[in-house]
Amino acid sequence: MSSVAGSGGARIQSAASLARRDAWLRRLPLLPAFVYVIVVTQIPFALTIWYSFHSWNLLKPGSFRFSGLDNYARLLTDESIRTAVFNTVLLTISVIAISVVLGLAVASLLNSEVFGKGLMRTLMIAPFLIMPTAGALIWKDTLLNPLFGLLPNLLTPFGLGRVDWVNRYPMATVVAVEVWRWTPFMMLIILAGLQSQNPEVLEAARVDGANAFQAFRRITLPLVRPFIELGALLGSLFVVQTFDSIFMLTYGGPGEDTTNIPFLLYLVAFQGFNIGQASAIGVVAVVLTTIIATVALRTLFSIFQVEARR
Amino acid sequence: MRAGVIAGGRFPTSRVLWSVVGWLVVLVFFFPVLWMWLEALKTEPQAASSPPTIFFVPTLEEFQQVMSGDFPPFFINSAIASIGSTFMVLVLGLPAAYALAVRPVKRTRDVLFFFISTRFLPFAASLVPLYLLARDLQLLDNIFALAAIYTTINLPLGVWLLRSFLLEIPPELFEAARVDGASFATEIWRIVVPLIAPGIAATSLICLIFSWNEFFYAVNFTSSVAATAPIFLVGFISGRGLFYAKLAAAATLASLPVLLAGWIAQKQLIRGLTMGAVK
Repeated sequence: MSSVAGSGGARIQSAASLARRDAWLRRLPLLPAFVYVIVVTQIPFALTIWYSFHSWNLLKPGSFRFSGLDNYARLLTDESIRTAVFNTVLLTISVIAISVVLGLAVASLLNSEVFGKGLMRTLMIAPFLIMPTAGALIWKDTLLNPLFGLLPNLLTPFGLGRVDWVNRYPMATVVAVEVWRWTPFMMLIILAGLQSQNPEVLEAARVDGANAFQAFRRITLPLVRPFIELGALLGSLFVVQTFDSIFMLTYGGPGEDTTNIPFLLYLVAFQGFNIGQASAIGVVAVVLTTIIATVALRTLFSIFQVEARR
Repeated sequence: MRAGVIAGGRFPTSRVLWSVVGWLVVLVFFFPVLWMWLEALKTEPQAASSPPTIFFVPTLEEFQQVMSGDFPPFFINSAIASIGSTFMVLVLGLPAAYALAVRPVKRTRDVLFFFISTRFLPFAASLVPLYLLARDLQLLDNIFALAAIYTTINLPLGVWLLRSFLLEIPPELFEAARVDGASFATEIWRIVVPLIAPGIAATSLICLIFSWNEFFYAVNFTSSVAATAPIFLVGFISGRGLFYAKLAAAATLASLPVLLAGWIAQKQLIRGLTMGAVK
C-alpha cells in the first residue's frame, strides 16, 4: 500500500522534474550566446555607469576617486557636449531625411520599366558596400581637394573653382558623403516594398482616372510606408554612431563643427584619457539611443506580426 | 507593360526618357567608385595633376606597389577578424536561434528582444571598460581580441536573422528527426544546417560586411601588430602625404572583398540588412 503511494508520488515528482529538465534542455542551446552577450555588453555597461560617478584620468595614476554627479553636472554645463548632441541630431536627421527621399526616388525609377534594371541596382549599391574609411578618403582627397580634386576643377568654369568644400562646409560635406552611402540602403529596402505591390491595383486606379501622382500618393505610398519607416529607423541607429567619415573627412573640426557624440567620446576617452567623463557621455548616449531603438524594435515587431498573420 | 504597348510600341518615349534619367542618377552615385578605380590605374603624377587626367594608359603599378609593400598584413588581419568573428557568430548563434525558433519556452520574446537590443547599444556603453580590460589582460593590439568584439557586435543580428530563417521550416521536420532518435548535434548538423543554408549565407554576409568595414574599435584597440585594412587607409591622411594613386589602389583593394560579396549575394543582402523583415 505504502509502496504504491510512494511510487505514485515518485512518478508525479519525476514527471515534474522531467518537465523541468525538458525546459532546461530547451534553454541550454541559448546559454552560450546569452552568457557571451551578457559578459561582453551588460557587465561592461554596468561598469560604465559605475565609472561615470568617478573622477579618473588614466594619465594621472591614483586619480580614481568618487565624484558623485560631477561628470553629469559637467555634461550639462559643458559647451562641447551640447555642440556634440546638436551635431549628432543634425547629422542624423538630415542624412536620414535626404537619403529616404533620394532612396524612394531611385527605387521608384528602378521599379518602373527602365532598361538595365539589374545592372542599375548592382551599381547603385556599391557606395553602401565600399569601406566607409575608403569612401571618405576618396571623397576628400580625389574628388573634393581644392587643388587636385575633380569637383573643384569641373566647377572652375562656373566660378566655383578652388573652393575648399571640406573646410568651408564641413557639416554639409559629412552629410553629403553619408547620404551617398545611405541612399542605396534606403533604396534597397523601399524597392523591396515597391516590388511587393500588385501592379493590377495601380492599373485599376489608372483606369479609374487617377493620374500618376495621385496613384503614387494614395496607393503606392501607404503600401511602402512601413518599409520607409523600417529603413529610416534602422538607418538612424547606424547614422547616430557615425564615426568613420568624420574621422577621415574633418576629424571633428574645424573647431567642433562636426564633432558628434561618438567622436567626442573618442576624443575624451582616447585623446584625453578622461575615463569618468567618457563614461558619463556613454551613459547619456545609451539613453538617447534607447529611445530610438525602442521605436525601431516596435516597428520591426509589428512588421513581423503582419507577416505572421499573412 | 500593357500601358507601354498602348503608348507606342516596345520603346515608348517615356520609357526611354525614364531610363536616361535613371542611368544618370545611378552613374552619379556610382561615379566616386569608378573614379577610385580610375585613379588607382594611374601613375602618381597623373593622379596628382591639375586639371585631373582623364585620358591615360592604365597601369597596375600602384596595385603592385601596395601589394608588395606593407599592406598585406593589414589585409590578413582584416580577414582573420572578419572570418573568425563570423564563424563564432554561427557557432554561438545557430543553437540559440534554434532554441528560440523551434523549441520556444516562456519569455522567448523577452530573450529575443534582449538580444537584438544589445546590437543597438552604442559602443559608448561598453567601450571604456572593454578597453581597460583589454589593456590589463595585455590584449590590446591583439587580432583575436578584436575578433571577439566583432562577435559581440554581430551575434545579436546573427541570432535574429537565423531565427527568421528557421521559422520558415515546418516544425514537423524537427519532430521527425527527434523521433528517429537524433541527438541535438546531429539535428543541428544534419537537418538545420542544410535546410537554412541560404540563411547561413545571408548571416555570414552581413557579419563579414560589418566586421570587415568596422573602424571604431579597430582604431582604438589596435596599433601596429593587429591593425586592420581601414587602419592602413588612415596612414594616408596623417603621414604619407599626397599619394593619390596609391591611396586609390589601397582603397580599392580594401573595399574589394565586401563589394564582391555584396554584389554576388544581393538578395541575401536585403534580407540581412533588414534583419529578415524584407524577403
